[in-house]
Amino acid sequence: MTTLQTVFAKAKADNRAALVGYLPAGFPSKDGAIAAATALVEAGCDVIEIGLPYSDPLMDGPTIQDAVHRSLTNGTRIADVMRTVEGVAATGAATLVMTYWNPIDRYGAERFARDLAAAGGVGTITPDLTPEESAEWLEASAGAGIDTVFLVAPSSTEARIQAVADCCTGFVYAASLMGVTGARETVNVAAEDLVKRTRAHTDLPICVGLGVGTGAQAAEVASYADGVIVGSAFIRRMLDAPDEAAGRASIGELAREMAQAVRTRA
Amino acid sequence: MANDGSILTAADLAGNGVHGDDPDARGKFGVFGGRYVPEALIPALDEVAAVYAKAKADDGFLREYDHLLRTYAGRPTTLTDVPRFSEQAGGARVVLKREDLTHTGAHKINNVIGQALLTKRLGKKRVIAETGAGQHGVATATAAALLGLECVIYMGAVDCERQALNVARMKLLGATVVPVHNGSQTLKDAINEAFRDWVTNVDTTHYLFGTVAGPHPFPEIVRDFARIIGVEARRQMLELTGRLPDAVCAAVGGGSNAIGIFHAFLGDEDVRLHGYEAAGHGLTSGEHALTLTAGSIGVLHGSRTYVLQDDEGQTIESHSISAGLDYPGVGPEHAWLKDSGRATYHGVTDDQAMAAFSLLARTEGIIPAIESAHALAGALELGRELGPEATILVNLSGRGDKDMGTAMKYFNL
Repeated sequence: MTTLQTVFAKAKADNRAALVGYLPAGFPSKDGAIAAATALVEAGCDVIEIGLPYSDPLMDGPTIQDAVHRSLTNGTRIADVMRTVEGVAATGAATLVMTYWNPIDRYGAERFARDLAAAGGVGTITPDLTPEESAEWLEASAGAGIDTVFLVAPSSTEARIQAVADCCTGFVYAASLMGVTGARETVNVAAEDLVKRTRAHTDLPICVGLGVGTGAQAAEVASYADGVIVGSAFIRRMLDAPDEAAGRASIGELAREMAQAVRTRA
Repeated sequence: MANDGSILTAADLAGNGVHGDDPDARGKFGVFGGRYVPEALIPALDEVAAVYAKAKADDGFLREYDHLLRTYAGRPTTLTDVPRFSEQAGGARVVLKREDLTHTGAHKINNVIGQALLTKRLGKKRVIAETGAGQHGVATATAAALLGLECVIYMGAVDCERQALNVARMKLLGATVVPVHNGSQTLKDAINEAFRDWVTNVDTTHYLFGTVAGPHPFPEIVRDFARIIGVEARRQMLELTGRLPDAVCAAVGGGSNAIGIFHAFLGDEDVRLHGYEAAGHGLTSGEHALTLTAGSIGVLHGSRTYVLQDDEGQTIESHSISAGLDYPGVGPEHAWLKDSGRATYHGVTDDQAMAAFSLLARTEGIIPAIESAHALAGALELGRELGPEATILVNLSGRGDKDMGTAMKYFNL
């Protein structure tokens, strides 16, 4: 199993940023999600985030909402998410689950952490779990030996950045902008400042997400961050593709461009 | 403030300290409440909490709020004895708190005026809000027009169609109405979309939340602004009957009208507090909004509370003939009142509510909101149980004009 620590140490040694790809489980189909994530790994993604589809994704923009809605309509359950993690982890990529808190809460924190570890998952990203409510999850994750990733935002005060960083073990997720997920024309200038501020509070790697959709943007972010997170841009291509195979080819092409870009660090 | 004839004091507005019932520093009522939101929103929630804490201790703020409640909203609202209706309630004396007589026809006006004033104190010029049936949207658009704020209302596309009249009212009041096409295209999806707007525009915008749910400090702020209902009613009951009521009844969707009337009675241990949720087509049909009576503990819309959810934490869509009660979550303070046993919660079916709706119209000449009719149906049953010596206070939270389309269909009028 490849850990986050291995991934970021290796990227650092290569003087490049890591490429992190996001796809929801069950989209475009249960097996199709594993195949799509595998295509991302083959094209150069170092880390894969598997999204756990949730009925009320309040920090996601229209692209991810659409994919998640289709996934839930396909009948995706947590067992399917774990199977997806297992399939993707088998490719050798470090595989995380990104999920809103309620599905873990309902499933049972300890049970979720244990099952995720057993499936080969290396950790979670929990975008609506605040440091104040995190105690149970931190304990369960530590018990199962998986990493935790929380988010900082441009609006975060120094005290909040410290509190969030203290909850993280894998990396810190820096949300590049005030807003929801989705590709944007430009990456917000606030992102670089946020990464700089966060570095003062932690030695953990810092990855930037929200709004990264092109190779040029990835190269720009890679110049100051340890990892570049891409989600909606991949999903958009899959939604626009005539079939799953074409979708895989299309995201593979974008991922290759991004993998090149994080090595360029423009 | 009482000496200049005002109806509000700082103690009236907020927690009176009698019952120790304000949430803790993390916004928790026992294990319920808190904040489960993207980190980007935390500073905004902190700012709202800080500005509100200052405002509620500020005489100038209270004076302005009080003035608008009296001269604009039409407070204090009266109590009405309903003897002909009471005959059907086992002869118990039923007394209505007439929130239906406020401007815009429902208790929602109390909260929106308070939060619109707060918006100005926050230095923001734009408010957004979610709405189900359109009542909170209309109330928000009203307060925004009054105070010169830009107003955007998120409303499920399905609800927009069902409530075209309210969409027109909001537009007439100068608001922009955005139909939400995601998910079930109803209230919960409108809330999701309003949060997405807020996280994007938080520098300029206040989210004028419509009920006692959501992340801290909304459950506390909305409760405090609804609290005037119970403060007045308690005083008025003592004047009218010489004693406190045996029971207080209110409908519960998100729970703002119920917490509003319950709160002033929390310290009166002999006063029973009864909340009535929408049982829709009945518990076994699966088509209901019985969040407290049949839901389970989880997290929805930023708060830990009772939720209608499946075994993996996915939200289950609710159903009620009353759009205002058609919500799969509930305010965390109600969850806490339920678990502590201070209040009890029951289900009222669509049919029971519509029977009470019709009964009040025929016996008293008052057409209630279908939401409020759930509390009336509860009072009918409770009166039969408590007997003719009992006095029951019911929060008539709104008027039924908005429900005529539903009533015409239901009764073949």
